[in-house]
Amino acid sequence: MSSIAAMSDHATNGTSASGRTATDLLEIRGLAKHFGAVQALRGVDFHLAGGEIVGLVGHNGAGKSTLTNIVSGSIAPTGGRFAFDGREPAIWSPAIAKSSGIRCVYQELSLATNLSAAENIRLMHRSLCGIGWRARARALVVATLDAVFPGHDIDPDRRLADLSIGARQMVEIACAFSQTDSAVRCVILDEPTSALGHEATTQLLAYVRRAAASGLALILITHRLNEIIEVCHRAVVMVDGRVVAEPETAGLTRTALVELMGTIEVPRQAGDRSAAGRQDRIALAHSGRDARDLAIRVAAGEIIGFAGLDGHGQRERLRAMFAAAENTAANGAAFVAGDRGTEGVFALWSIADNLTLRSLPSLSRLGLISLGAARRLAETWSAKLNVKAPSVDTPILSLSGGNQQKVLFARALASDARLIFLDDPMRGVDVGTKQEVYRLLRSEAEAGRSFVWYTTEFEELRNCDRLYVFREGRAVKELAGASIDHASVLEASFGGGDV
Amino acid sequence: MSDAARWSGLRAGRQRLRDAADIALPATALVVMLAVIFWIRPAAMSYFGFSLLFKLSTPLMFAALAQMLVIMLGDIDLSNGAFVGLVTCISALYLGPQPMLAVALFLLAIAAYAGFGLLIHVRQLPSIIVTLGLSFVWLGCGVTLLPGPGGTAPDWLIGFMNWRPPLMPLPIWLAILAALAGHFVISRSSYGAVLRGAGGNPRTLQRAGWSIAAVKTGVYAAAGALACLAGVLLTGLTTSGDPNVAPAYTLLGVGAVILGGGSFSGGFVSPIGTVIGALTLSIAGSLLSFVQVPPTWQIGAQGVILFLVLAGRVLLSEKAP
Repeated sequence: MSSIAAMSDHATNGTSASGRTATDLLEIRGLAKHFGAVQALRGVDFHLAGGEIVGLVGHNGAGKSTLTNIVSGSIAPTGGRFAFDGREPAIWSPAIAKSSGIRCVYQELSLATNLSAAENIRLMHRSLCGIGWRARARALVVATLDAVFPGHDIDPDRRLADLSIGARQMVEIACAFSQTDSAVRCVILDEPTSALGHEATTQLLAYVRRAAASGLALILITHRLNEIIEVCHRAVVMVDGRVVAEPETAGLTRTALVELMGTIEVPRQAGDRSAAGRQDRIALAHSGRDARDLAIRVAAGEIIGFAGLDGHGQRERLRAMFAAAENTAANGAAFVAGDRGTEGVFALWSIADNLTLRSLPSLSRLGLISLGAARRLAETWSAKLNVKAPSVDTPILSLSGGNQQKVLFARALASDARLIFLDDPMRGVDVGTKQEVYRLLRSEAEAGRSFVWYTTEFEELRNCDRLYVFREGRAVKELAGASIDHASVLEASFGGGDV
Repeated sequence: MSDAARWSGLRAGRQRLRDAADIALPATALVVMLAVIFWIRPAAMSYFGFSLLFKLSTPLMFAALAQMLVIMLGDIDLSNGAFVGLVTCISALYLGPQPMLAVALFLLAIAAYAGFGLLIHVRQLPSIIVTLGLSFVWLGCGVTLLPGPGGTAPDWLIGFMNWRPPLMPLPIWLAILAALAGHFVISRSSYGAVLRGAGGNPRTLQRAGWSIAAVKTGVYAAAGALACLAGVLLTGLTTSGDPNVAPAYTLLGVGAVILGGGSFSGGFVSPIGTVIGALTLSIAGSLLSFVQVPPTWQIGAQGVILFLVLAGRVLLSEKAP
């Protein structure tokens, strides 16, 4: 019984030297998807043939994940045509996608960590049941691991919770390539190498090449552009929910690829905020965790932006700085959460209660809250931020998302904190609200307050005086003033030569 | 395959050793309690003594296994005790004279359990709230059927509970059988892996093409069936029905699951550990009588014992690598 996907059953029918076949396995025309008012995909054309490796690149929110989630059946498109293996399926779900031979390696580890590798691979394969299933599952996972990562040292009977992140990622990759009754035909790898060491990465890329040579179709998403140039036949560059370029990777350089991602260049708005004069008054200095991680300093009246691909350590650094600032800064610090539901809003409280929370110590006399002062504070700031509600006693959940976010801003701004941390707070907020908040941030900064702002939207970075671009858990690049533009942020996000 | 052989020996053994360490704590607690009892009353170390000591553990054990299934999904069942009480009422009223009606009512109750499991999943409701509400529903049904303790268990049931099988007393046989069956289904079978996966990471399961709704409904139905069994066996012991007979089962069951190596986060449960945990908690009361703790203090002292063993569990799991 041979059970390794790429090596066994895939007839190499009609695979040309470049790995392209005449007919496409996956064909997508004009695919669109919107989440509420947010347009994630605006008419994407995409095709993938057996034996082909396509690299999918793009910055945050370019639509890579949406596209792959549609292919894997996790979300349904709102428009466009989708054909797999020459047929347009009437319904498409994770189960159907899986039985059609589509497998996914997800960016966030998606295995059940309370189970062993052998038990996890059983979840993938319904045929692994009955007498002796455990031995068969163990053999399958070990054989696949041996094929992809020769010399690995993973115990298939240990719970994944006890394994390192790298080992878990290897198991996840092995699960995707493993094969029992139905053939694996297309594998989507979403940042598969981010948790792998150098040797394992080399092994995986070599395996990907061998798998494609035997007829498998692969989609590779990675921020390490060198990997795309190295193994992919073709790169698909996405910007803003559209495919903007599909260069062949032969002869392509990393710089050229980065430039393709920056094709939509919005002219920089006049934001002539000169922060130079305030650099003498440092509000917070926070050293990095090692020599390659830049120290971050925040001057009074400055707006600092955290940029880079989502999930590259910005949020962790923001929280670490907030914790440090709470202890050292004169009036403490305030934090505006982006994830309103879980860490921002007190769902059962009114606007006033939500808004004054951060200011309660200064509103208290002899340990009791001065209700009049609290109310005045709430009304002042609610008006300043133009929160649309009948009164400050309105329950916060009756507000729209944008107005809830305004209340969270007001909570931070109404307090006496001189240093305010923003954790991607404008996600899913309408444009009008955004503009109001940006204006307010700038005027507060003029008045001497400092902001540290993590954002996944490039346009917001234009409001910042200085940027730190993050890559692989570290702040790797500082950009200031006029040097803040799309190209240099992209360049730093995807790394210099040292990938 | 040489590769499979490479793993089968030493390394598989290591995981088994860790699983064994999980049940070492409740097992040790059980042995210590038994040692104290036998030291005070050597006569208890006999077939008859064991029967008496573990008599009340049988229904608690099945109720704890029902609780274990729900905790395995990452949920909790606060209606378990009240449900067992309702089942004793049905058993005492109908199982003798109208067995078909009793069985139909049991099936209806199990279907209700499964339905509420489905409701919890579909509406994404917190199980703690739904089952807290249900506990009053079950109690209300029980009180409607049988306002006070009453009815009689059928003779065959009383006879079964007093049966003296060879070698070991009935409660010990049942404990061993239940532990082995549970271990086989939950910890060893291929579907057990799916069930534990549903508790550990439901999204993985969904992405692999399994139906979480079906898993949850099935597991709640099984929990209802085990709680039914607990109620029927309890009726055989007490020979009558009482809606208020078993409220303590809810939290003792949770205690047994956690003591036996389970975790509230879902996906980590041990049927063998749960059975030993239930045995341990059920003889804690007897132990206190033997060391002559006044009856008024016993409930509190039982709480202290529960606290101590659970604290031991927490300390142990913190030390584990």
